[in-house]
Amino acid sequence: MEEGVVNEILQGPLRDVFDSKQLITDVSGSGNNWAVGHKLYGCQYREHIVEKLRRTAEHCDCLQCFFVIHSMGGGTGSGLGTFVLNVLEDEFPEVYRFVTSVYPSGEDDVITSPYNSVLAMKELNEHADCVLPIENESLFSIVSKIHQMTNSGKLGSTVKQNSLLTSSAGSIKTEQEKPFDAMNNIVANLLLNLTSSARFEGSLNMDLNEISMNLVPFPRLHYLVSSLTPLYTLADVNVPSRRLDQMFSDAFSKDHQLIQADPKHSLYLACALLVRGNVQVSDLRRNIERLKPSLHFVSWNQEGWKTGLCSIPPVGHSHSLLALANNTCVKPTFIELKDRFMKLYKKKAHLHHYLHVDGMEQSCFSEAISSLSDLIEEYSQLDATKDVPKTDPSRLKIAT
Amino acid sequence: MSIVTVQLGQCGNQIGYEVFNAICSDFHSAHGLCSKKENESYQEASKERFFSEEKTGVPVARAVLVDMEPKVISQTLSMAAKSGHWKYDHQSHFCQKQGSGNNWANGYSVHGPRYREVIMNLVQKEAEKCDRLSGFFTVMSLAGGTGSGMGAFVTQCLRDAFPTSFILNQVIWPYGTGEVIVQNYNSVLTLSHLYQSSDALLVHENDAIHKICAQLMNIKKISFRDVNQVIAHQLGSVFQPTYSSGGASRYSRSPLGDLMESLVPHPEFKMLGLRNIPQMSENSLAYSTFTWPGLIKHLRQMLIANAKMEEGIDWQVRPPLPGNPVPPKASPNKALHFNTSIANLVVLRGKDVQSVDLGGFKDPALYTSWLSPQDAFNVWKMPRAFNKYEKSATLVSNRKHCGESLEYVCFQSLCSPIH
Repeated sequence: MEEGVVNEILQGPLRDVFDSKQLITDVSGSGNNWAVGHKLYGCQYREHIVEKLRRTAEHCDCLQCFFVIHSMGGGTGSGLGTFVLNVLEDEFPEVYRFVTSVYPSGEDDVITSPYNSVLAMKELNEHADCVLPIENESLFSIVSKIHQMTNSGKLGSTVKQNSLLTSSAGSIKTEQEKPFDAMNNIVANLLLNLTSSARFEGSLNMDLNEISMNLVPFPRLHYLVSSLTPLYTLADVNVPSRRLDQMFSDAFSKDHQLIQADPKHSLYLACALLVRGNVQVSDLRRNIERLKPSLHFVSWNQEGWKTGLCSIPPVGHSHSLLALANNTCVKPTFIELKDRFMKLYKKKAHLHHYLHVDGMEQSCFSEAISSLSDLIEEYSQLDATKDVPKTDPSRLKIAT
Repeated sequence: MSIVTVQLGQCGNQIGYEVFNAICSDFHSAHGLCSKKENESYQEASKERFFSEEKTGVPVARAVLVDMEPKVISQTLSMAAKSGHWKYDHQSHFCQKQGSGNNWANGYSVHGPRYREVIMNLVQKEAEKCDRLSGFFTVMSLAGGTGSGMGAFVTQCLRDAFPTSFILNQVIWPYGTGEVIVQNYNSVLTLSHLYQSSDALLVHENDAIHKICAQLMNIKKISFRDVNQVIAHQLGSVFQPTYSSGGASRYSRSPLGDLMESLVPHPEFKMLGLRNIPQMSENSLAYSTFTWPGLIKHLRQMLIANAKMEEGIDWQVRPPLPGNPVPPKASPNKALHFNTSIANLVVLRGKDVQSVDLGGFKDPALYTSWLSPQDAFNVWKMPRAFNKYEKSATLVSNRKHCGESLEYVCFQSLCSPIH
């Protein structure tokens, strides 16, 4: 809802990619206020948004899915972003809605970010098909790890050019890198890998619609933890299978997740592996067999693997892996969010900024927090089943 | 007589391509180990079965390709065209932009009825190109959405439109540790529908084929292509022409009809399994020799002990002694391992096939009490070598074991009442 960023994109090197008619801006911004974004600008620009959406959609041969990319902490991203989500559901109920949400970190520059996030969470719970949560802290630690690796000198000379996960390989170079560019490129790579199977051929295709079909067992539990490996590729050409195996192990380690979470010690509901490049089905089988014992899967879905093989690797890499996990390890993130929300809400601090916006009432807050609590509760219940010894139901008898 | 192949979904199209490729490379291979005249008539018969001739002389596969997304089909078409030996009819395919998303219901209830007419038109056109139509061969997976859902639907349509033709479904059993998380739902739904409309289901398990690739073919990095080539080899060894059991050098006319006649004596039991020996990498093939008694002995034990391949057969398993039909309580372990057949068919190809002794398969203890071995056991022979193997034996069987994997899938899907 302000012009600065959009104008910058339009003048940047990618200006030809975006249609200059397909943008909506205002001058004053949403002031870090979810209510302003969702209720005020939402109502004001609804017609506008619908028209622009429809115009773009009509250009599509086959509309598979909408990507909504927004932050949870601010005003426009969380408020208007979730409003757009509602509009999409009303106007295109058949088309999947994938949301990439950037969650605020603990020491955030926006005081009201817990309010904004929790209010937005309620909308995500109800209106998204899949949410890929991302935390800035995790992105930051991945970026600094890559820097450390490349600058330590040990590997420096052998790292292949353009193969850093953070480099904008293949794109038009800007003159100077901005601080968030490296982090944003990780998210960009996530989306590129996600759509790779729709763009390139492979021996086991995996379309976007298969993701929610396979990974979302219950409609509300649609938060998928993602991890990307490898972070960089070494320059030597032949890939020992040990390094390939390392890629699979990394994808399940704590350091490579895009949110602060540890999937290995939590419960998996389902897991998808999207592999790109020179990887065959036998590599996939071997690694699944190898990793399976160290992972906890929910009792009714012990074999919950979904796999995709795409033959074209990302620019600069020989192979890559995107792991998506429906895992209870997202729970701590949500609990932390709830705690920070409650701290402010108990004192009713900053509440008046929200309440003076038309259509915003205090019940919105209580509904949002109870929606979040329900979600946490659902994950806790699943977690509780983890340690219960499995009772095998008696085997089915089939008359032969 | 001719067979029209219907390839459905990614899996179906990839395997279909490999089958045609295997058949084509087989009848082009020079060392058939038989006279020139024999070789020519074999090629003739094989061509009539799977290909129609174009004016340019390039064989055109009698196939209809169906998928809900374009990438696989365009790849398959171009691969066939590039081979130079054969190609697909460039009009005989149907695809859409968006896949079925692993959702069986999407394939069966949404895409199926919507595109019924177009697809059935393509099938009709292919069928009319055949002088004599033996039946349909549909290739599909059980796990995905298009193959399983559309496959079940198209099979029903075929049954309605061609009530007197034979329909054989080749279904691919997914890997045990899933390729697709909802595969158990998809499999159960597909099988229950196919069971009503198909004449026989030929089952290949990815896990078993994968093992063959790893242990017998000695492939280090197994790709789907390798897996599919093994399946194609096995299928080709059954469907290439053979001499009819009666006359000396007359080809059996209706491959699907004969197959059903020998293997599906009862409409309740129509799950067929396939075994083939020898199978090995091309390099070691040159240094290996086989004797028919050895091959037959192995094949028989594979049947009895229910082994999917030549390696690691349990030689301890024996059929119950004659006159002592399966003592159910005396030795529960042995009885469990032993595998009763309803019917078996052995296809022999290569040198000296006429002299092979198949007495071991005629043991009444192998079969159910309600069918005598004369009726339950059949042999097809062909003195021409198949696909580089000097001797090759294939066993198609209708057995008790099929029920077990079926039971497993049912069990798995009942365990997960979700999605």
